Amino acid sequence: MSGIVLVWAVGVAQIFLLAAMGCNVWRMIRGPRAQDRVLAFDALYVNGMLLLLVFGIRTGAALYFEMALVIALLGFVSTAALAKFLMRGEVIE
Amino acid sequence: MSPVADLPVWAALATAFFLVAGSGLALIGSIGLVRLKTFYERVHAPTLGTTWGAGGILIASMIFFSVQQSRPVLHELLITAFVTVTTPVTLMLLARAALYRDRAEERQAELDRQAAMDADPKS
Repeated sequence: MSGIVLVWAVGVAQIFLLAAMGCNVWRMIRGPRAQDRVLAFDALYVNGMLLLLVFGIRTGAALYFEMALVIALLGFVSTAALAKFLMRGEVIE
Repeated sequence: MSPVADLPVWAALATAFFLVAGSGLALIGSIGLVRLKTFYERVHAPTLGTTWGAGGILIASMIFFSVQQSRPVLHELLITAFVTVTTPVTLMLLARAALYRDRAEERQAELDRQAAMDADPKS
């Protein structure tokens, strides 16, 4: 019984997160200006990280946790670099 | 699907609740990203996913792995701390860049209008 509840919850969570990533991609394609695209990109990174964690719960493997940590790091660095680029026109001065 | 079958009921229910709540909040934040009108409203929407969305799924992951391996598994706290620290930093950088770009555009429009008036004083 508990297994059925958990399987359904994992499926629902995956569908929700995929829909959230779809919304982010829509905003990234549509976004009127560059800062909207960068914001959607950042949200896409966070939702991708959450989807990897849900995959980890589904398979019971601890490997996905490390991938999620790496994605969180990369998302922070890339968004900070893109914001700096929007501000100054260069990343490294 | 085999590893999820042998969990006690309370752990399965708690994991399921936090999973659905966290992913639902992330979805609500992303819908806000699509539906809000200006950039300065939109910059608030994804924080719903990065605070309680990430928090719910990380709590679910902690409960699941702690019960499955019968020992406390707390390395998800690393991601929690990291996301909590970095999200305000990135969003403040982004909002300041957007403010700078908007102001630069307004200044450029003002300069263009003055140049047009200087070139043609009668109009």
